[in-house]
Amino acid sequence: MDGHIFDPEGRYARHLILPEIGPAGQARLNAASVLVIGAGGLGSPVLLYLAAAGIGRLTLADDDVVSLSNLQRQVLHGTARLGQGKTVSARARLADLNPEVRIETHAIRFGVETAVLVAGFDLVIDCTDNLAARHLLNRACVAAGVPLLSGAIAQWEGQIGLYAPGLGGPCYACTFPEPENPPPAQSKGVVGALPGVVGARMALEAIKHLTGAGQSLLGRLWMIDTLWNEERLLRTHRRADCPVCRGKGAAC
Amino acid sequence: MLDIVYFAWVRERIGHPREQVETGAATVADLVAELRARDPRYAAAFADPAVLRVALDQDLADFTAPLAGVREVAFFPPMTGG
Ligand SMILES: [Zn+2]
Repeated sequence: MDGHIFDPEGRYARHLILPEIGPAGQARLNAASVLVIGAGGLGSPVLLYLAAAGIGRLTLADDDVVSLSNLQRQVLHGTARLGQGKTVSARARLADLNPEVRIETHAIRFGVETAVLVAGFDLVIDCTDNLAARHLLNRACVAAGVPLLSGAIAQWEGQIGLYAPGLGGPCYACTFPEPENPPPAQSKGVVGALPGVVGARMALEAIKHLTGAGQSLLGRLWMIDTLWNEERLLRTHRRADCPVCRGKGAAC
Repeated sequence: MLDIVYFAWVRERIGHPREQVETGAATVADLVAELRARDPRYAAAFADPAVLRVALDQDLADFTAPLAGVREVAFFPPMTGG
């Protein structure tokens, strides 16, 4: 790295020798600011891998406390942290994993009054657990001009998209218009390793987006059914009639 | 023959992840109408198409889109869990 002798045993050595990341990409990761909403199933691998990757400023928001039924899949937390706030638990684990990362926590539920939180970040990552929060977060990101990496899971399946009208792609509402009637309630059943599969892919897509490596998920929706081995990469499109981005990314 | 793939609760309601159908449906909406008429499982899955999305050969489309030349239709809802 700049002026330093390359240390093959250094923290980021395996990134530095990767052609698509290298010293320049690692410097971008070290300078990046990322906001993660939700420190649960998806948030666990997202936060762990982004902290490990040396994201400069990693901010997380979650108002929940660690409960026993979380631990089947929320591997960021542990039995010794039962009853503690997820932000408290997450901070301790992430600081241990990589003390070089500046970790900021907000023990809040993301809502209308907290939407201003997204401003100024290089990337916002949606790890929330309900459709209303997903649309709210999308509106906030479009208004602030911040790219949104949104991932979701259901039982054995997952979806990930990168939404950034400012970069020429659709917003979340272009792809999933907000329905007039609420969709049917989904079962909360989920196989424990699923958020590992989907959340790790989200962390990877965040690293690609921040370093510029390869092709991002802009204008794509990745979808996986791990139960029946179906996997698709769909093309998605901006919609001129989208009430959020109007198909061009200007805040309405 | 048309391949149809179902994801998430659409798959759950219909009972299988994929199938092949022989259809003369001109549009996605026509296909949905055909499927709904099959039995209550399909009727339940497509009760409110407004909450579903459709992709034709891995390209997100509208329900008014024509099916001519299409090999695969995928139906899926937004997943919401985290
Ligand atoms: Zn939009």
